[in-house]
Amino acid sequence: MTLRRRRMLMVTAILTGVGVAVFLALTAFQKNLLYFYTPSQVAAGEAPTGYPFRVGGLVVPGSVQRDPNSLTVRFAVTDGSAEVPVAYTGILPDLFREGQGIISVGQIKSDGLFEATEVLAKHDENYMPPEVAASLKQGGKINPDYNAWRK
Amino acid sequence: MIAELGHIALIMGLMMALLQGTFPLAGAAKGVPLWMAIARPAGRAQCFFLLVSFLCLAASFAANDFSVLYVARNSNTALPLYYRLSAVWGAHEGSMLLWALILGFWTLAVTIFSRSLTEEFLARVLGIMGLISVGILLFILLTSNPFERLANPPVDGNDLNPLLQDIGMTIHPPMLYMGYVGLSVAFSFAVAALLGGSLDSAWARWSRPWTLVAWIFLTLGITLGSWWAYYELGWGGWWFWDPVENASFMPWLVATALIHSLAVTEKRGAFKAWTVLLAIFAFSLSLLGTFLVRSGVLTSVHAFASDPARGLFILLFLAIVIGGSLFLYGLRAPTIKDHVRYEFVSKENLLLLNNILLVTAAGSILLGTLYPLVLDALGLGKISVGPPYFSTVFAPLMAPVFLLAGIAPMFPWRQASLRKIFGRVEKLVILSFIMGVTSVAMFWSFRDIQTMAGITMAFWLAATAVYTFWSRASLRQGVLSGFRSQSLTVYGMTLAHIGLAVFLVGVTLSSRYSVEKTIRMALNETFVLADYRFTFRGVARIDGPNYTAERGDFEVQQDGERIVLRPEKRAYHVQRNTMTEAAIDAGPLRDLYVALGEPMDHGAWSVRLYYKPFMRWVWFGGLFMMAGGLLSVSDRRYRLAAKRAESWASAASPKVAG
Repeated sequence: MTLRRRRMLMVTAILTGVGVAVFLALTAFQKNLLYFYTPSQVAAGEAPTGYPFRVGGLVVPGSVQRDPNSLTVRFAVTDGSAEVPVAYTGILPDLFREGQGIISVGQIKSDGLFEATEVLAKHDENYMPPEVAASLKQGGKINPDYNAWRK
Repeated sequence: MIAELGHIALIMGLMMALLQGTFPLAGAAKGVPLWMAIARPAGRAQCFFLLVSFLCLAASFAANDFSVLYVARNSNTALPLYYRLSAVWGAHEGSMLLWALILGFWTLAVTIFSRSLTEEFLARVLGIMGLISVGILLFILLTSNPFERLANPPVDGNDLNPLLQDIGMTIHPPMLYMGYVGLSVAFSFAVAALLGGSLDSAWARWSRPWTLVAWIFLTLGITLGSWWAYYELGWGGWWFWDPVENASFMPWLVATALIHSLAVTEKRGAFKAWTVLLAIFAFSLSLLGTFLVRSGVLTSVHAFASDPARGLFILLFLAIVIGGSLFLYGLRAPTIKDHVRYEFVSKENLLLLNNILLVTAAGSILLGTLYPLVLDALGLGKISVGPPYFSTVFAPLMAPVFLLAGIAPMFPWRQASLRKIFGRVEKLVILSFIMGVTSVAMFWSFRDIQTMAGITMAFWLAATAVYTFWSRASLRQGVLSGFRSQSLTVYGMTLAHIGLAVFLVGVTLSSRYSVEKTIRMALNETFVLADYRFTFRGVARIDGPNYTAERGDFEVQQDGERIVLRPEKRAYHVQRNTMTEAAIDAGPLRDLYVALGEPMDHGAWSVRLYYKPFMRWVWFGGLFMMAGGLLSVSDRRYRLAAKRAESWASAASPKVAG
């Protein structure tokens, strides 16, 4: 095989590989992108219905209610300006507590309830998910250094 | 005093790294033997000072010296000595020091096992390693000094993050760093060869064992990390496509491609330019991994640090290393020529295909990892890419890799006859298909095509590995002499490919047939999960050294067999963190996994009960691959390589010097 043919072959193989990968990646991207919305944006109706997204904020103190017969928990998250009610069935992460910054993944229902399939909290007391910190700053009502607010 | 000593030793280390990174390189360029001779002693001295510095930090931890900020933040008098020592690399500053120290170890290793190299080549290799070290040490001294003192030391420290108080997390970072940093040796060899213009199969033979050792550590580090996440994070997953995991997986994929392409360069003298490029990529991805984890740009359980100055520094360092080496590559690559001929159907081309697939896989992971960061940085919205993206892209790219891993070892170099090969594997294809389909149909389900595909592929990998080995060995008369005549490299390859099969079985079965239930269990309530009767016997309060825990008591029965599982919910006193310690009954065919959720009314608890078939196989697969690497690297060829390289050196040096 000549050098030229080999080189052509190599280029073709690489291009095919990259092409397939890009196609797969873009298709999968379309399906799996999760956008982040602040509670204010959700309240203003900017978040999509019938499509999963992420919402994050601080768990409103006193809002956590457990169903006595099932594992369903209801609570509200806030960025200081608006609150979004969230329902989640399952075991909450160890660091979930009132006043903690959390992110939940799920869909919004027609009655405005956010049904979460996943709730994420950080394994560090002082650490705030960056999205949540940014949304608090944007809201301007709660200091992102939220330790003061919790007490 | 001790902390200051450590600080001074660190600065001395930087001085040595500067010496090591300047004179030898200049000496090699100008042909000044005295300057080149500095490389070895400077490298060894650098390693010594870094070791002193590291030991000083460890001593500060052992002595509970809370006037050192880093110790105060990450340790506590109640923390057992063992964890106080592992806390040295429990957070950002110390783990960067560990990174530097490990680079020192690798430098020391190069100075020792390099008698066969020309002075000039060695000077270049060590010079480049010295420059990398300068960057890392400057980073530590300027942005994250672990020896910083506190004016008003606290009475007690802030304790180590409870997640890290665990044996898995003690060994995982050093192993992973050994792998990351080890790739710097392959990188330095590649750049040194580009600088000196001496790219040949001797270079590949020299670079190969170093790359293999780095790959072994990387494999072990990733396997340990996955195992840790499984039992420690409390929800039973073993791989999350978390950006930090991706950061270690991308260099692994490229390093895997690199060890295969190095084999081609060594044996056949082909793919030289490509191999060099892979070596550059592999280390660049390691650095990128460090950047991703250490700059705190990620929303990730691993991102402990967040400081923009650090991020900027690493980004700049990254740009210099990657940009510089690629620039050099661009200058020198056109002069690299492969003079070997091979046909379209040949082992060379199959290995090339394997390389392309592995690199593409690494590229698609890079896309999924960096895309959200880029969008965020440009202010185009905050998105996250879910695990389904990675599995959708990854599976179709890996399927042909598995096919190739089975068939490529059978192909001869240079040219192969497709008809002959297919004649040989025809029976293996049919055999693995029948075995795969019937075993899944017998034990699990008649209709589960996905599992059948996975298991068939695993049978294919194992069958071809064994068959290839057998046909090599049976060329000799007598089985024993056939087995003895095979080099350790062949044993290593066979074992590693079987490891891939074992891993595939684990992934397929554990992902398809795990039963996971999250339920509320009242006292003495029984729940049946996959034939196992789980009975909840209540919780008891126990005291640990630096935590109090509620310990659950679960009785599991199946066919008269009785196991007791005791998961814990720990409350750590100092950081007031709650931690879930799952209880796992591990077995070769299945894991039983119980984790406590939250207490509910009347002594009931929410609990997770998991049944995970063939879970261990995932990590055993990783260990097999690692063992395969170990066998390969202990091949006596590499010890003989010294002699051969010596003759190469004496033959090549006049040309290089001129």
